[in-house]
Amino acid sequence: MSQSPLLQVRNLHTIFPTESGEVRAVNGINFSLARGKVLGIVGESGSGKSVTAYSILRILDNPGKITQGSVLFEEEDLVRLSPGEMRHVRGAKISIIFQDPMTSLNPVYTVGNQLSEAIRLHTRRNRQQARARALEMLTLVGVNEPEKRLKQYPYQLSGGMRQRVMIAMALACEPDILIADEPTTALDVTIQAQILELMQDLKEKLGMAIIMITHDLGVIAEMCDEIIVMYAGRVCERGTAEEIFYNPRHEYTKGLLRSIPKLETGKGRLMPIGGSPVDLLNLPEGCAFAARCDSAMKICLREQPEELRINEHHLASCWLNVKNQMEGGQEHG
Amino acid sequence: MADHLLQVEDLKQYFPVRTGFLQSRQLKAVDGVSFHIDAGETLGLVGESGCGKTTVGRSLLRLYKPTGGTIRFKGELVDDESIKRLRKQMQVVFQDPYSSLNPRMTVADIIGEPLDIHKLYKTEKEREEKVVQLLELVGLNSDHKRRYAHEFSGGQRQRIGIARALAVDPEFIVADEPVSALDVSIQAQIINTFVELQERLGLAYLFIAHDLHVVHHVSRRIAVMYLGKIVETASADQVIASPLHPYTASLISAIPVADPDKARTRHRIVLEGEVPSPLNIPEGCSFRPRCRYATEICAEQTPQLRELAPGHEVACWNPLFD
Repeated sequence: MSQSPLLQVRNLHTIFPTESGEVRAVNGINFSLARGKVLGIVGESGSGKSVTAYSILRILDNPGKITQGSVLFEEEDLVRLSPGEMRHVRGAKISIIFQDPMTSLNPVYTVGNQLSEAIRLHTRRNRQQARARALEMLTLVGVNEPEKRLKQYPYQLSGGMRQRVMIAMALACEPDILIADEPTTALDVTIQAQILELMQDLKEKLGMAIIMITHDLGVIAEMCDEIIVMYAGRVCERGTAEEIFYNPRHEYTKGLLRSIPKLETGKGRLMPIGGSPVDLLNLPEGCAFAARCDSAMKICLREQPEELRINEHHLASCWLNVKNQMEGGQEHG
Repeated sequence: MADHLLQVEDLKQYFPVRTGFLQSRQLKAVDGVSFHIDAGETLGLVGESGCGKTTVGRSLLRLYKPTGGTIRFKGELVDDESIKRLRKQMQVVFQDPYSSLNPRMTVADIIGEPLDIHKLYKTEKEREEKVVQLLELVGLNSDHKRRYAHEFSGGQRQRIGIARALAVDPEFIVADEPVSALDVSIQAQIINTFVELQERLGLAYLFIAHDLHVVHHVSRRIAVMYLGKIVETASADQVIASPLHPYTASLISAIPVADPDKARTRHRIVLEGEVPSPLNIPEGCSFRPRCRYATEICAEQTPQLRELAPGHEVACWNPLFD
């Protein structure tokens, strides 16, 4: 977690003004990403995990905008770059793959066309060199018969193949950071296993850092060195994978870990988190999770908890930790 | 035979697919599937997309007219005539709580519609009472009845879908991926609701899902499908602890484990290749092209389900004994 991080997000706020009010999708989040590491962002729909990623790359849908904060990458604040400068970052330095590989590929261009376009945009390669690079990339991501695939259209490929093409495209210019936004959610488990293995493999080979966005705690556990748990546009807690899974210090994380059915444990009741997801148009004053939290105290409803350092590898925003610390650091049960 | 609540024999569901001018082929979505479900029990049906699991569920309720095979409910043959009556006892809950509820109807009308169709009340007051009872049964309350579906969250909508299915007081429910569109924390709520309702009302479920964790949690027995066929059935614990079919084993091993230490140390079987198109099913065992244990016989003959241990059936020439 130390050294100078590759990417540093500080107090980032992103809103979507709508007719019925401001949707505050991201509310002041902080994190950093070290070179060559895999950072997982986990949360439910509406937690702001994808908006965080889109804010970093500044590809927010209209009318979303960043209202505060900074995204430091190689000592530059991406939030303040001009659109032209930003274009040189996207794809070349930081690239992204999306959940649905069908809608993120252009249906009327061949795979080869789309791959070469990305390569020629960011490097000085000519048409032939770009094509050679495209072929090399398809081979790298394990697409069978790459020569033939270059001439095919996205509809002729299966879901897993399309996601491989997306990965090839994202990695063609050897970015420092790959953002993967639910890259395997649309795929079957056996294909998901293939894609996750491929990503791990490529990370070793190319040495890039990955931001893995998912709602699947299993995928997070398999892939990530560090984890951020998000709820209602805020970071509940962050730390190493071990800390988050074995020593969770936010009631939401604990609830999430309890609510997933496991193969080993017996049947009986699951322990779900009660209530419904929070309404982003009407964020509560205090902790956004308080309404669903069994251990909520009065202060939780009124004031937002500050981020508290639990140990060297772990930060959490929950009043219970503050209370425990004041009572002499007793383990909270 | 009449012992089982539901008995399915050799169910086949083919769809014609146009492949060119005046040419068409059969897509064998379900190709000879047999199973049974007892009163009050849950059979979990798992498999990847395109394996035919949803089609099985729909054919049972005659939402599709099966190409072949027989379905018996309490010993009675399910056909075009009997299904009208039997739909009072067999119901369905769909995957997508957004598209399966009519946006123009109030919750009271959505849940009341099956009561209207089967004429299950005498006075308006009785209808209203039943609707409120149903809402409370699934964890909603009477304030909700005048609202429209869009006013609810995904989990609440799925509860409305369940209440609608329960309106006719059925004995058997096909639950087709009922939690896969929901967030993790909400999934657990809905799974609990299914389990509680089963205990209270003695319902039998065919629980269709791609998530083995969820299916294992709710089911007594599990059937694993691959390309239109059941390749393995056993008790839920047997399937997980000692899978005999290589496909089942790889399916289990492909699921990411929410435990970093285990995830890093365990050995994962990563399957090569992808599921072939159901238009172009390989000869012999359809799993053969992706199977590391495949031998000559697998290409020549299609393996049939055989009972290798009590209650544990597998369709494989080279089952995994160790």
